[in-house]
Amino acid sequence: MLIKKPDAIRPSELTPEPVYLNRRQFMLGSAGVLLSAEALAASPFSTREKENSWQEITHYNNYYEFGTDKSDPGENAGSLKVRPWQIAVDGEVAHPRHYGIEELLRFAQEERIYRLRCVEGWSMVIPWTGFPLASLLKQVQPTARARYVAFETLLRPSEMPGQREHTLAWPYREGLRIDEAMNPLTLLATGLYGKPLPNQNGAPIRLVVPWKYGFKSIKSIVRIHLMETLPATSWNLANPAEYGFYSNVNPAVDHPRWSQATERRIGEFFKRPTLPFNGYAEQVAALYRGMDLRKNY
Amino acid sequence: MTPSIRPGLTPSSHITGFKRAVFALCLLPLARALWLAASGDAINPIEFLTRSTGTWTLSWLLLTLAITPLRTLTGLSILIRLRRMLGLFAFFYGVLHLTLYLWLDKFFDWPAIGHDIVKRPFITMGMAAWLLMLPLAVTSTQGWIKRLKRRWGLLHRLIYPLTVMAVVHYFWLVKKDLTQPLIYGTVLAVLLLWRVARRVATRARPAPLTASDGGRGTR
Repeated sequence: MLIKKPDAIRPSELTPEPVYLNRRQFMLGSAGVLLSAEALAASPFSTREKENSWQEITHYNNYYEFGTDKSDPGENAGSLKVRPWQIAVDGEVAHPRHYGIEELLRFAQEERIYRLRCVEGWSMVIPWTGFPLASLLKQVQPTARARYVAFETLLRPSEMPGQREHTLAWPYREGLRIDEAMNPLTLLATGLYGKPLPNQNGAPIRLVVPWKYGFKSIKSIVRIHLMETLPATSWNLANPAEYGFYSNVNPAVDHPRWSQATERRIGEFFKRPTLPFNGYAEQVAALYRGMDLRKNY
Repeated sequence: MTPSIRPGLTPSSHITGFKRAVFALCLLPLARALWLAASGDAINPIEFLTRSTGTWTLSWLLLTLAITPLRTLTGLSILIRLRRMLGLFAFFYGVLHLTLYLWLDKFFDWPAIGHDIVKRPFITMGMAAWLLMLPLAVTSTQGWIKRLKRRWGLLHRLIYPLTVMAVVHYFWLVKKDLTQPLIYGTVLAVLLLWRVARRVATRARPAPLTASDGGRGTR
């Protein structure tokens, strides 16, 4: 089993990056860890680009529930209790039910090294561990009327100081079309760098949709609701002219206030061109065939 | 940039220890930011420097605008001797801010920059505010004060609209949380309202205006 119980020692102390970067070799070289080696086998969906460091990924991100500065989540998320935890899966499904986090961790976990492009114009490469959202949805069997999937973050102002401010309509909400949700790239992430997901990155379980801007990848999920109509989403509610339901990474469609043509990969000096669908066009462009992506931003 | 700061420190304007100390203080945020950017504490150092230089430009504009009220309230006439230096520091940080945008954000891609200026209101506003600072920095020397006489005071009233524009620039660029621009906006509103109130009060009272600022006008 990949995921261990969280402990007091910081994961960065446990696994120095060079050791981590050699993990595949290490696992293949040791006896009796066949399962882990199999679980960590490079996914065909993983990029071979240089991963951002643990420090960068865990100390520079947006998670407005803990503050609006990108250093706030790393500073304030320690107070969040992520056990016990469960997700309600309901709505247009044959078998609505609750999943405890322990059960979710029993889904076959795999590593996915994905690019993440923030709508603000920066990007990272992040080694997540998790399982396809499709595996979960197949278990509850969406009905024929399930056209969309809505997600909700935990609402707990006592542990999430940002929720005491009226920055966004809490709880944070996101949504996908059912075919987007069933796409094999769409991941429920439970870990980072082979360790349990740190609180500031959306512990204990979050969505990762790598071809969409980062805010679509909702964190600390407590509810997954399948429905027939388009779900309301937080940033769209906050500013519909700037944040659409789809929010696919698209260098050709600018944010009204800034260009999306280029991005700064954290750790790099020069900006790089942003790729359509964040470089995942091969896997997902077909989902939007015939759609006007300028209108459906 | 340093050459345009120098005029504030020419021997003719009495280099006092006080002014030197303030000068050093004005450079502290730059030193701190460079330290943070170099030490790796800032994970996105370019964004960090761009944001910091922007807020310092605004801070120094507000400090410049605070001099007259502070001098009136405290009676410390030495404060007026800092005003030019503070204003030039606002320009200094403004030049750094603009340079970071042109160089490390756009890499001198002039068509893209032109597009930004035309299409993005917050860039238009920031650029216009910066351009209005330019003549104030250029005419900040004793020579220009003498040459322009009364018109110098009129010209330098540009600090009011340009500071308002700088605050609007800040409001228009934030994604959601308006706390920071609101703080700057509130300070600016207080500084402007103080002037309005004073003007109204002096009009109501026929008492003559004091000319203790050496005829430079009340900013």
